[in-house]
Amino acid sequence: MEQALIRNFSIIAHIDHGKSTLADRILELTDTVTGRDMRAQVLDSMELERERGITIKAQAVRVTWKGHELNLIDTPGHVDFTYEVSRSLQACEGALLVVDAAQGIEAQTVANAYLAIENDLEIVPVVNKIDLPSANPDGAAAEIAELVGDTAEHVLRISAKTGDGIAEVLDAIVERIPPPAGEPQAPPRALIFDSSYDQYRGVVAFVRVVDGSFSAREPLRAMAQGTRFESEEVGFFSPTMRAAESLGAGEVGYVITGLKDVSRLRVGDTLTSERTPAAEPLPGYKDVKPMVFAGLFPTDSDDYPDLRDALERLKLNDAALFYEPETSQALGFGFRCGFLGLLHMEIVRERLEREFDLDLIVTAPNVAYRVLTKSGEEVEVHNPSEMPREIERVEEPYIKASIIVPKDHVGQVMELNTERRGRFDHMEYLSEERVLLVYELPLAEIVLDYYDQLTSRTRGYASFDYDVIGFREGKLERVDVLIAGEPVDALSLIVHRDGAYARGRMLVDRLREEIPRQFFDVPVQAAIGSRVIARETIKAKRKDVLAKCYGGDISRKRKLLEQQKKGKKRMKQVGSVEVPQEAFLAVLNLDGNKK
Amino acid sequence: MSARHLYVHLPFCASRCGYCDFVTVVGQDGRHAAYVAALLAELELEREALAPRLESVFLGGGTPTLTEPGALARLLRALPPAEEVTVEANPETVTPELAALLRESGVTRLSLGAQSFQPRLLEVLERRARPGDVRRAFSLLREAGFDNLSLDLIYGIPGQSVADLEDDLSEALALEPEHVSAYELEAKPGTRFTYAHGPELARQADAMESYFERVVARLTEAGYRWYETANFCRAGSRDLRSRHNLAYWRGRDYLGLGIGAVSTIAGLRWRTTPRLGRYLASLQSGERPERELEELPAQVQSSERVLLGLRLDEPLSLAGLGDAVDATALERLERLGLVARAGGGLTLTERGRFLGGGVTAELLA
Repeated sequence: MEQALIRNFSIIAHIDHGKSTLADRILELTDTVTGRDMRAQVLDSMELERERGITIKAQAVRVTWKGHELNLIDTPGHVDFTYEVSRSLQACEGALLVVDAAQGIEAQTVANAYLAIENDLEIVPVVNKIDLPSANPDGAAAEIAELVGDTAEHVLRISAKTGDGIAEVLDAIVERIPPPAGEPQAPPRALIFDSSYDQYRGVVAFVRVVDGSFSAREPLRAMAQGTRFESEEVGFFSPTMRAAESLGAGEVGYVITGLKDVSRLRVGDTLTSERTPAAEPLPGYKDVKPMVFAGLFPTDSDDYPDLRDALERLKLNDAALFYEPETSQALGFGFRCGFLGLLHMEIVRERLEREFDLDLIVTAPNVAYRVLTKSGEEVEVHNPSEMPREIERVEEPYIKASIIVPKDHVGQVMELNTERRGRFDHMEYLSEERVLLVYELPLAEIVLDYYDQLTSRTRGYASFDYDVIGFREGKLERVDVLIAGEPVDALSLIVHRDGAYARGRMLVDRLREEIPRQFFDVPVQAAIGSRVIARETIKAKRKDVLAKCYGGDISRKRKLLEQQKKGKKRMKQVGSVEVPQEAFLAVLNLDGNKK
Repeated sequence: MSARHLYVHLPFCASRCGYCDFVTVVGQDGRHAAYVAALLAELELEREALAPRLESVFLGGGTPTLTEPGALARLLRALPPAEEVTVEANPETVTPELAALLRESGVTRLSLGAQSFQPRLLEVLERRARPGDVRRAFSLLREAGFDNLSLDLIYGIPGQSVADLEDDLSEALALEPEHVSAYELEAKPGTRFTYAHGPELARQADAMESYFERVVARLTEAGYRWYETANFCRAGSRDLRSRHNLAYWRGRDYLGLGIGAVSTIAGLRWRTTPRLGRYLASLQSGERPERELEELPAQVQSSERVLLGLRLDEPLSLAGLGDAVDATALERLERLGLVARAGGGLTLTERGRFLGGGVTAELLA
């Protein structure tokens, strides 16, 4: 296809603002799928995506419109996937920015719009759901125009549900978005913007060809990693895989690599031909650093190899996922995993449980810390139990949070952010009713239950998004928990000095409730260094007898003791104290902390 | 192998107490004679399992003394003689006639279910006897010449205060029984009693934690020997421990007759059907009643020896029981001062006895 006739675009929208429905209508109107084949929301292929209404993995679909080849590159809607969004956006020249006519702009819309603008994308603003009785297309159009620096008249008004205005959207894509600029005759270069793993065909790379062209049975090389392979097939999605002779400059499609090891092909790398290699790779993506960490442990320790395999498989499709083996005194063998954010963590956990049928314990998440030790060494800490005790300085990640709320809830949001060590940045009225609040907050303050708090305090009206803006020094302390004088690695945490006492107290109280009484008094302490900040004693049992035991009772009593013995075997030994796994879970488990 | 200890179950009761989980039968007064006949038929069928000379016979219930006197006398006379013959009695059933009947029939020991001396608490337990009945029964039995009487007490009753407990102990001691059994009330899940009183018991759990210690302290101060977890006997030249129950705790074989009765002989345990109708029908046609069998492998027998033996204040010889005990746990429990070893035998320390259940669970391999 002639480059001038190609348009590559994404759809940016807040969850539920109708991105998938719009994509479906585009596929229908361009006859890419017939009505009979049409499953609602064709693009969201993963089971989980369907249920959550979130698109996790980017995919690309080619459609034809009035003699043009349009490539729709799907983007995840949620902020945790900023990295993936930016990957998708780098493969495009333009983006549809879709806003719900009844809801107006949401925090995520703002973040993703800025991302598109930063990537020099042509933005086509669209107000969707104009058919809704509660729709306010003029209000939404004004907000979106203000956001992207356009005029309200220029904003398209559509209903993806009824199909109203879809043709105009396709026309606008052709008219407003520039064709790709690349050198069709230059040595081939293609950006790998995503990949997937097929059991039979190996790694499938999703690529945007920038220069030259790629065809099947051609020796190729991934420039950064140096991986060599022969392309087994090239093609595009329409919407299912269709083999093609070649993919030319400006086109979007797939390359079947036949590689069996996903780690050999990294997203962000540049493909080139072995025969006529390009001199320079394309600007790739920065390696994203995971910011949120949690331990993942199999409930049944026999499942550890399965968990390892599952993580390996997920990693194939999820470059942002990080993991390394972790051994916990309390929970056994597992992995410390790094995530882009909380939603990313939740999705990984759900995929592990659902697609791989694993039963998991997920420990309370923490953030990455940069630590300067007294000996002048700089370390990055992903696990509180690894926090050095002799600390000169600790830095923690900060975020810029955008929160959009109805003006009546501004007070509650400010109060919450103050409690969470937030620093007010600015506030603006998006409309008479809606306010954008911008705060800087430590990421650590939002990883536990910030969403829940924000939602409950604003009765669900707030929308929230954030961007990591860097590391800053914090007055942070490592709090250790000691059971009968023994520190328990899995329970260490890093908290701001002002909150240390309260958190220590909470942990100690929870443990006192959860640890059964022993044959001796068990002190449970929270301590910063050698300073105890909270203490409780689990009093020794005074009696534990089977009241009566005669001829008729013996079998039953024996079974009772056998049960008791079995229960003991399931306990974890902390020094001389037997602690049931449930006690750790109550303190550590993410769900437990939501109580 | 033959058993030297015989248990006979007499299930009839005037009413069922809410906390009771024994096999009992209420409102079947017409069947006492038939039941006793069936017991005797069963005895004949099992005769070869019994040694020619028995050490102990125990008639438990139910309320054995509720059994129609003629039938009870027939039973007692037909049973093989033994050195100790114990009958359980509810205080309100004790009359001069009954006392005489028991005495004449070779009964050597009575176990009286007093449970408490507080009318309010007896009502909670749904006991029919009043405190006066216990004292009256006691003097009747003494007058009839019984010199080995045991009293049953229950503590941890919903609503029982420390003062109530102390008063029960004083009342019991005032009667100078040779033997006292004191049990903590067990509220078994699913019983009517637990349904009615469970929440209150849960609330009182902390307050009642000291009751066991108080019971042991009062009785031992009064000169009783705490010879088994829940059993005490007057110390002195006479050995007043229950010989029948000692047999259980020492892992001896025993034969049980009657509905729901359990026997353990030569590594085999069985429980006779708890259903009265079936029991009677089987024996009327000369057949053994249905039974539930349980084989006891050597390992299980050893475990039971440990769990039962450690209830006693005498050392448990570990000879042949080595495999049943977890050596690491034993060392740990010794360090904690809960278990003591002396001359190849194992005993629980005083504190260990208060924690005997948990200690044993840990000790068992």
